[in-house]
Amino acid sequence: MRIEEHPVRQFDRGEKVSFFYNGQKMEGYSSETIAAALHAAGVRRLGHSPELHRPRGLFCAIGNCSSCFMTVNGEPNVRICVTRLEDGMRVEEQQGKGAVPT
Amino acid sequence: MIRDAEILVVGGGPAGLCAAQAAAEMGAKVLVLERDYAPGGQLVKQTHKFFGSEKQHAGERGFQIGEDLLKEIQASPNVEIMSETTVLGCYEDGVVTALRGDKHLKFRPQRLIITTGAAEKFLAFPGNDLPGVYGAGAVQTLMNVAGIKPAERVLMVGSGNIGLIVSYQLKQAGVEIAAIVEAAPRIGGYLVHASKIRRAGIPILTGWTVKEVLGAEQVEGAVICQLDEKFQQIPGTEKRVECDAICLAVGLTPLTELCWQAGCEMKFVRELSGHVPVVDDKLETTRPGIYAAGDVTGIEEASSAMVEGRIAGYSAAESLGRSPEAAAKGREEAQADLRQLRAGPTGGKINAGIEKMKQEGGTVHVNLYGYSH
Repeated sequence: MRIEEHPVRQFDRGEKVSFFYNGQKMEGYSSETIAAALHAAGVRRLGHSPELHRPRGLFCAIGNCSSCFMTVNGEPNVRICVTRLEDGMRVEEQQGKGAVPT
Repeated sequence: MIRDAEILVVGGGPAGLCAAQAAAEMGAKVLVLERDYAPGGQLVKQTHKFFGSEKQHAGERGFQIGEDLLKEIQASPNVEIMSETTVLGCYEDGVVTALRGDKHLKFRPQRLIITTGAAEKFLAFPGNDLPGVYGAGAVQTLMNVAGIKPAERVLMVGSGNIGLIVSYQLKQAGVEIAAIVEAAPRIGGYLVHASKIRRAGIPILTGWTVKEVLGAEQVEGAVICQLDEKFQQIPGTEKRVECDAICLAVGLTPLTELCWQAGCEMKFVRELSGHVPVVDDKLETTRPGIYAAGDVTGIEEASSAMVEGRIAGYSAAESLGRSPEAAAKGREEAQADLRQLRAGPTGGKINAGIEKMKQEGGTVHVNLYGYSH
């Protein structure tokens, strides 16, 4: 859920953009990360671990821990916590370790 | 193609930006590489006011300090910042490689300043990998940078300054705090923060820990339990906590991969929160021309990271013959500032850690490339 009123900060979210999460159309803002847009839309489970298939979510949000890897525009292992949302982006839950696009 | 750089700074947080600023002021050309989409490091998510003296920006909020610092640096013709650029390696011939988008970049710097900061520590308990278990930094990023509530009701683990401050910030953002659990018998952070939490009606449970997180696909609650004086769980003390997120504020550890790779002499120093590179008073590592500053040299605070950045920036400029007298003066001033910062109540532990780092012995040496010092 987005914070509309905050005692200290004002949030400049940029322009409204639309993107696709597992094929489903969603809305977010141009100055936020993919992870932020998904959280705002209520998506916390970002994928599953490659071997035990345990659900995975956001952990560090600084591009360090690799818990948030997703496939973005066909490219696997994108750290969505440090990647900005763009209009028309295709964000998908990754299968296993992800296949390198050919 | 290899790009030459006079001074290369890895990491655009408080230490890196201050290092760049100091070196640029002396006339050196500086290139800063930052893996996030914008520089500022952890400053951008700090909404609380800093302590210390005016010189260390006391009374200003972290994100404001970051914005001011960036404005100054961006006005300097001597500094270039490349964001969304992740450094991958530092080789024996001094070449530094990085990834930017799908491009593999190579740099050959005359001086390298490593300001890679720290990573959050983790805690072992069943369910610790479920979506909804966040590091405290991630919670701050979501609510203070993106303006998004990470959850409705949070169980905070750890009562150090980060745990206390982030709990208060969550409350400001309209998120409920079920409780703060602290394994130690007393509160870790400053009394001023703890009092604020108590006034806000948030319970701080000392001698308690998280035993287990419940939920199949994401966090749906937690079980906490009491600990004895040997930090062992006491059976029968379990309590169910209603929450949809766990925030881990159990400390940080230096991000030293590049220092290891570069073959710097490393030591494990508990007071500095992990393995750290051995540095001298100018913050030069045992590999000549490579400096380290900020949390990568030991977990401290943003204010000291900024001062360390200045020391490394001036030292690197001085060694290159860039306004050497002014640079030496700037470095000495920064060294005096650092001593003053560490004269405070929490400085004792850091000073003890630095003493250990400088002592003979205790070196953990991984000789990746077969050269010796």
